[in-house]
Amino acid sequence: MHISPVLWQFLVKWLNASALFPREASTIAPYADALYFFLLLITVVGLTLVGTLIFGFAIRYRKEKHPVAIQVEGSTLLEATWTIIPLALFLICFVWGALLYFRIYNPPTNSMNIYVVGKQWMWKAEHEGGQHEINALHVPVGKPVQLTMISQDVFHSFSVPDFRIKREVIPGRYSTVWFQATTPGSYHIFCTQYCGTNHSQMIGEVTAMTPDDYQKWLQASTSGMSLAQNGERLFASMGCNACHTGAAAARGPNLAGVYGSKLQLTNGSEVLVNDAYLRDAILNPSEHVTAGYAPIMPTYQGQVSEDGLIDLVEYIKGLQSNYRIQQTLVTTESDQAAPTTPAGVKP
Amino acid sequence: MSATSSTIVNLPDQKTATLPKRNYLNNEDGLLSWLFTGDHKRIAILYLISITFFFFIGGAFAGLIRLELLTPQPDLVASDTYNKFFSMHGIIMVFLFLVPSVPATLGNFLMPIMIGAKDLAFPKVNLLSWYLYWVGGLFTLAALVLGGVDTGWTFTTPLSTHYLNTHVVTAAVGIFIIGFSSIFTGLNFIVTIHRMRAPGMTWFRLPLFVWSNYAASLLMVLGTPVLAITLVLVALERTIGIGVFDPTKGGDPLLFQHLFWFYSHPAVYIMILPGMGVISEVISTFSRKRVFGYTAVAFSSVAIALFGFFVWAHHMFIMGVSNYSALVFSLLTMLVAVPSAIKIFNWAFTLQKGSITFETPMLYAFGFMGLFTIGGMTGVFLGALGMDIHLTETYFIVAHFHFVMVGGMLMAFLSGIHFWWPKMTGRMYPESLSKLAAVTTFIGFNLTFLPQFILGYLGMPRRYHAYPPEFQVLNVLSTAGATVLGVGYMLPLLYLGWSLKYGAIAGNNPWQATGLEWQIQSPPLTENFIEVPVVDHEAYDYEWLAHKTEQEVTTVG
Repeated sequence: MHISPVLWQFLVKWLNASALFPREASTIAPYADALYFFLLLITVVGLTLVGTLIFGFAIRYRKEKHPVAIQVEGSTLLEATWTIIPLALFLICFVWGALLYFRIYNPPTNSMNIYVVGKQWMWKAEHEGGQHEINALHVPVGKPVQLTMISQDVFHSFSVPDFRIKREVIPGRYSTVWFQATTPGSYHIFCTQYCGTNHSQMIGEVTAMTPDDYQKWLQASTSGMSLAQNGERLFASMGCNACHTGAAAARGPNLAGVYGSKLQLTNGSEVLVNDAYLRDAILNPSEHVTAGYAPIMPTYQGQVSEDGLIDLVEYIKGLQSNYRIQQTLVTTESDQAAPTTPAGVKP
Repeated sequence: MSATSSTIVNLPDQKTATLPKRNYLNNEDGLLSWLFTGDHKRIAILYLISITFFFFIGGAFAGLIRLELLTPQPDLVASDTYNKFFSMHGIIMVFLFLVPSVPATLGNFLMPIMIGAKDLAFPKVNLLSWYLYWVGGLFTLAALVLGGVDTGWTFTTPLSTHYLNTHVVTAAVGIFIIGFSSIFTGLNFIVTIHRMRAPGMTWFRLPLFVWSNYAASLLMVLGTPVLAITLVLVALERTIGIGVFDPTKGGDPLLFQHLFWFYSHPAVYIMILPGMGVISEVISTFSRKRVFGYTAVAFSSVAIALFGFFVWAHHMFIMGVSNYSALVFSLLTMLVAVPSAIKIFNWAFTLQKGSITFETPMLYAFGFMGLFTIGGMTGVFLGALGMDIHLTETYFIVAHFHFVMVGGMLMAFLSGIHFWWPKMTGRMYPESLSKLAAVTTFIGFNLTFLPQFILGYLGMPRRYHAYPPEFQVLNVLSTAGATVLGVGYMLPLLYLGWSLKYGAIAGNNPWQATGLEWQIQSPPLTENFIEVPVVDHEAYDYEWLAHKTEQEVTTVG
């Protein structure tokens, strides 16, 4: 995976100039390109080998030169060679590809979160501060950004070629992808999963900005209400606070501090409360009855949009008990000491 | 046509030669004798005409797609129309051309003769499978004529079940029915190969074409029912909303992906394996050598078929399969590439110490080897997990599977058609035109699909009707290539048609090949063999053939 850096720079510059190569605009891109060049290399070598064999034999043993064929049964040694060498090469590709996969899909713990909702046919991004944008996404460079994505209708797929990232956006299920932009500029967002009539118009633009510019942008585009505040309003207007009062005798469980904890259900199982769980508990409450409570919560399926669900989840996430649970999950740089976090918890 | 020193064409004296007085073509007359035939050779011809018809319809859609993509703007047709174009292109090419192409035409015609049988085990089921093919084909055409379908050939839910108002159910019913045609063909082949081999025709004397069709038949029989079930579920979900795939009803949209690819990945091998069989026959014949490592090539077909069932989730690496199942499926995908590599090298080494001539089928076979190597290696790009993330759902995928399916399968099909044309019709095709067609196809193909690899790495998504202007140059190149490729496909249609009447009389064995099919008259009798042949030599035994020719043994007077 280690090419001489000078040669690498030269290669990348040359390729970028030739317009046959996408820009390298994220921390992942150089890793993806290194594997790409390796694969390209073994393809070219393999093709050259096959081509040389075919042309070489075809010229050497053409009928004029070699009128009578000599029958050969086969050769275990040769056949073992061309079984083992490709197998070894393919296994190298497998390991390398797997390492890259985990690098691309495992977000750093200090990444900031932005929600993305895919709809026929637009991308709607929602920042935690309440900034909304359509077919656009503003991010700071030099900071890992995690996207928590869901589709409101059909499969979509969020792809930024210049970052070498892509992830399917699935109805009914949160999926995540992360990146860290390295160069300010604007880059295409494509929907790469066929999603109906205007599939090819579902194009957006991600703008990578310096952290200062990003702060300015955040302030300039604020709607005045953060996602959590929107969620709080929705929580009240749907009457959720009638049961989830937080009191010990309430009909619904106390939601303060519930995010990130392990919850005992009436069916005996224990679940980790994360975004996906909260969303599902709002839509299919009867499947997620907390131990000690009656199954009386109605479903909110069809009554609240994906955007609304994100607001609600964001609100519940922020409901604190005696410690800042969200901080401990999302950042390792919290100024407060992290209390015990269940092993393997990822937001 | 003159036989030059470089050719092994062994034609009878054209002044005195005639077609055999009695053969399967003129044995009975009239349209009805064809429509009610039980003869595997006539059914093969019916299939050949049918798949050619659908190939050119599917090809016309490909042309329209490339024409639209000439400019970045959506200016030729509306989005919905474009979506219908690529959906029909995919559905027709996959289900009505690629899957049945080699097994139903060449396999149907040759497989029974190659093993020394008079027909397939179930001639009426064979005819039924052709009718099912057409019933399914008519449903598909009906979906097209009534206004089209825009799901893509993959019918992804919930798009296909809840969000489209096109003729999804009609097309799904069509494919459901075509599936049965495929199952019946596979079943017929398996039983025939097991039960009807001539005395002396042991498993390891079978031509490799039979082995590869056998492997493909296993896939057809075991895989296609899953597709049928999936399409039934799609139709039920769409019509009465059973909620299997609908997340708002507790269904799982990923379930569809699992079910669909459980068939559709093995289907890739249904398409390519019989083509590999053709290549084995052709390379052996024109280098006058037994295929290098016969057993390895035979077993690699079976290995591909078996592994083919355990790699389906590599279509879903970015779709939310767990990281650990992604690992397993990536590893298995790498393993399935190995038998393909074995085949390529075995073919290359078959040439070694041979006595090679460059007839048209051989040119197509060389083309196959080059293009299939590229197609296979780019599959490794997609099997490598992290690389797959960037490349999947882009034009890289489009280029990759066209290299395998069109560069591989279609080259093999054309190779086989030219190779066995003298046997099927009793006449030769015009040599120089056919070589021109082979070269044109090869050049056109590369010009069409090589730029698409670059487009894919640049990030151009597939199924895009309009695209950012920086992708235009490569798209124009691709469209130019498609035009050349179109010419390459039209040529055989014209000269093969011409040769039916004016082609030189071929004689029994113009290539001096060893297969049983070359030891009988061209075109064959309806019953193939007058006496059941007794096989006393290995496959591709050219010394046996030379000995036999010396003795002037003839099977049919």
